[in-house]
Amino acid sequence: MNIILKIQRYNPGTDERPYFQEYTLEVDPNERLLDALMSVKRYQDGSLGFRKSCAHGVCGSDAMRINGKDRLACKTLIKEVAEQDGATITVEPLRYMPVQRDLIVDQADFFAKYRSVNPFLINDAPVAEKERIQSQEERMRFDDTTNCILCAACYSACPIFAKQPAFIGPAAIVQAFRFLADTRDRGLADRLPALDRPAGVWSCENHFECTRCCPRSILITKRINQTKKMIEKLHAGEGEGS
Amino acid sequence: MIHQFDAIIVGSGGAGLYAALEASQRCRTAVLSKLYPIRSHTGAAQGGIGAALGNVEEDKPDWHAFDTVKGGDYLVDQQAARIMAEEAIQAVYDLENRGLPFNRTPEGRIDQRRFGGHTRNFGEAPVKRACYAADRTGHMILQTLYQQCIKNEVAFFDEFQVVDLVMDNGTCKGVVAVELSTGALHILAAKAVLFATGGFGRMYKITSNAFANTGDGPAVCARRGIPLQDMEFYQFHPTGIMGLGILISEAVRGEGGILRNRAGERFMERYSPTLLDLAPRDIVARSILTEVRAGQGIRGDRRIDDYIHLDATHLGRDTLMRKLPDITSFCKTYLGIDPADAPIPVLPTAHYAMGGIPTDIHGCVVRDGAGTVVQGLYAAGECACVSVHGANRLGTNSLLDLVVFGRRAGRHIGDYVQQAAAPSVSEADAEPARSWIARLTDGRPGPHGGHILEDMKLVMMEKVGIYRNAADMQNAIDTIQALRERYRTVRVQDRSKTFNTDLLEVIELGNLLDLSLVTAVSALNRQESRGAHSREDFPERNDTQWLKHTLAHLEGDAVRLDYKTVDTSIWEPKPRTY
Repeated sequence: MNIILKIQRYNPGTDERPYFQEYTLEVDPNERLLDALMSVKRYQDGSLGFRKSCAHGVCGSDAMRINGKDRLACKTLIKEVAEQDGATITVEPLRYMPVQRDLIVDQADFFAKYRSVNPFLINDAPVAEKERIQSQEERMRFDDTTNCILCAACYSACPIFAKQPAFIGPAAIVQAFRFLADTRDRGLADRLPALDRPAGVWSCENHFECTRCCPRSILITKRINQTKKMIEKLHAGEGEGS
Repeated sequence: MIHQFDAIIVGSGGAGLYAALEASQRCRTAVLSKLYPIRSHTGAAQGGIGAALGNVEEDKPDWHAFDTVKGGDYLVDQQAARIMAEEAIQAVYDLENRGLPFNRTPEGRIDQRRFGGHTRNFGEAPVKRACYAADRTGHMILQTLYQQCIKNEVAFFDEFQVVDLVMDNGTCKGVVAVELSTGALHILAAKAVLFATGGFGRMYKITSNAFANTGDGPAVCARRGIPLQDMEFYQFHPTGIMGLGILISEAVRGEGGILRNRAGERFMERYSPTLLDLAPRDIVARSILTEVRAGQGIRGDRRIDDYIHLDATHLGRDTLMRKLPDITSFCKTYLGIDPADAPIPVLPTAHYAMGGIPTDIHGCVVRDGAGTVVQGLYAAGECACVSVHGANRLGTNSLLDLVVFGRRAGRHIGDYVQQAAAPSVSEADAEPARSWIARLTDGRPGPHGGHILEDMKLVMMEKVGIYRNAADMQNAIDTIQALRERYRTVRVQDRSKTFNTDLLEVIELGNLLDLSLVTAVSALNRQESRGAHSREDFPERNDTQWLKHTLAHLEGDAVRLDYKTVDTSIWEPKPRTY
C-alpha cells in the first residue's frame, strides 16, 4: 500500500521554527513504522533525524508521537496507524523535551529525574548466603516495573508537565517503586527527598495516560499510587512514634 | 578537543559497563557510547546466563566448561573456558547481590532452566544451568550494571561515535570520536582503551541484531593493524521470527517447546537423538535449513525463505506469562498470534559473532600467533575473541562471557594504568579521521549508502550464511570488493553538524564492508566444516590441518591470513555427536 508520512522537521541551528514535510512511499501494512522511516532515510532523504536501535521494542530508542499517540516506532505496525491506501501518518517528536533535530529530543532532564530517585539497590547489610533469598511471590510484586526501558513515552503522554514542568515524571517513580517493592531494598528514606515533595509523587492526578501508552504494559499509575501509600504509611508510623 | 583519562571504555553494553565499574574504582575512567547506555544490545538478550549453581539439580563447573568446548567444536581455548565456567558462579551471585531480579525457585533461590548444549556429566542429558529473569535476562543485567554505574558515579560520554584508534609504535594512546549532537571531533587520550562495541549482525539481511551492531570496534582496530580472529565463525540462531529475524529465545525450547516440520514431525529426533530440540545452535539451524531444502518447510516450496514451526502451545498460558512474557508479546505484536494457541513461524537469523578482536584471558589484545600483547589495548564481550566460543557459542554463554571477561579486563586495566605512562597526543592524531569525514561531507555528488548496504547484506546472507561453498564465497568476495569501490565515492546527504545520523550510518557502512570482506575471505580459506562454518565442498572437520585459529589482517584491499594455536590442554578433540 501507499502511505504519506507527515513528519515534523526541525534543526534548531538553521530553522526558525518546526515544519512538516511529507514523504510518499510504498510499504507492506505488516511492516513497522520504523521500517518506513528507515526507507525514507536510506532512499529518499538522508537528512531525516531519528534514533533507533533494537527495532523490536526492548531498547527504548525510538519513542515518538505517532498520530498523536506516544509509541515506539518499532512496535507500531503500519496497518495499526494507516487505515487505507494513501493514508497519512503524522509523526512528531516526544513532548516536554527540547527538540535537538527532527524526531530527536534532548532527554537530559528525563534522565536527571531518573537518577534523582537513586535507581539502584540500597542495602549495605552483608549477604548471609550466596544469594539473598526472595520468595516467588515477593519477586512478582515488582515484576512489571522491571520491564521499564526508559523510552520516555510516558513522560510525553503525561498531561501534568503542561502545568508542572518540574514534575519528576512517571518513569522515575516506576523505577523508584521497582526498588521500594523489592524485599531486598532498604532505600525508602534515601529516595524520599526526590519523591515526597510537590514535584514528586504528589503531582500525579491519576490521568492514566502513562499507563495507556506504556509499550511495556507497566501499570504505571497503580505503581505511583502504591508509592504514595508507602510514603503515607511511613509518615503515619512516624506520627505514632512522636 | 583533547581529553585525558586513565582508561577509556568504548561501548556501554554488559562488557563495557562491567569493565567501567571495575576500572573506575582504581583510575579516571570514561565510557564512550554511540547510544544512551541502557539502549545497548545486551538488553535484547533473553533466555539466561549460564552458571553451574546447582540450585535445581546437580551441576559442576567442569561439566559447563566441557559443554562449552564441545559446543564450540573444539576450537575453544580450554583454559579460558574453564575460567569462565568457574568464575560464572560468583559472577551470578554478584549480580544478584547488586539487585538483579532473577526468577526464584520455591525455596527463594535463583531459578535455573535448560538451554541448548548444556548437559550433565559430559553429555548424558540436558541440565538446568541457565539463571534467568523471565525472558529479559540481558535487559536486567544491563539495567543492574547501569544502576551500579550511577551509584558509583562513572563518567559517560553518551552518543559519541568512535572513528579511529590512536597508536604509537604499537602502543595504544587513545581514540578519536565524533560527538553526534555537534559533529565535533574529540581526541580521548588514555593509558588504556577497552573496546566493548558488541556484534556486527547488520552485515546480514536477516538478523536478530540491533541497527547499532555494526562492528565499530573490530573495524577500527582492523584498519590500525590489529588482526581479527576466527571471523569465519558466525552464528545463526535457529529461531528468528520469519521474515523479521527478531529473536525467539532458545528458552522456549528450554521450557519444552518443539520444532516441527510441515508433517508435524519433531524432526530433531533424526538429527540429535539425545538432546533433540536442545542441540547446539549450529546443529539446529542446519537441521531447519535441511528440512526446508527437502521440501519439509511449512510451505514446502524449498525456497530460502520457507520456514518451520516452533510449537509452544502445550506449555500453557501460565508458563508463557511467567517465564516467556516478552516472547509472547513479540508474537502478538509482529505476527498477530498467541503462542499459547498457535505455533510460531521461525527461520534461522544471523545472531552472534564468535570471532573478533583477539585477546588473552585478561582482555589484553594480542597481535599475532605468539600472543604478543598490544600495550594499552583491551577488548571484551562479543567484539572480542578470547576464545571461549570457538566455532559455535552455546546459549547463555554470551551474557556470561561479557560479565566474566568484562570484569577481568576492568581489573587488569586498574593494575596496568598504575605503571603506564600518560600518553601525549596532539590534534594531528585526529587528522586521518578529520580528512575522511571532510571528504564524506564535502557536498559533492555521490551515491548514497542505502543501496550498497542492501547489496552487502543480501550477498552475505546468500553466499556466506549457514551453508557455504567456494564458488559462492568467491562471488561474495568479488561483490564486496566492488561495493567497497563504490563506497569510496559515497557522499553524506545531510549537510548539518547537529545529529548528523546520515554521517553515522555511512561510517557504520564502511565498518560493515570491511568486516564482511574479512569474514568472507576467512571463510573461503578454511577448507573444512566446523561448528557454525559448514562447507558443502568440505563437509568434514579436519583436525590435522584446521585445528587452529585464523588471524586475518586487513591490509588495504587485501586480507592476509595467519594462524594461532588452539589450547586443547584439558580435553582431547573428539567427534561431536549429541
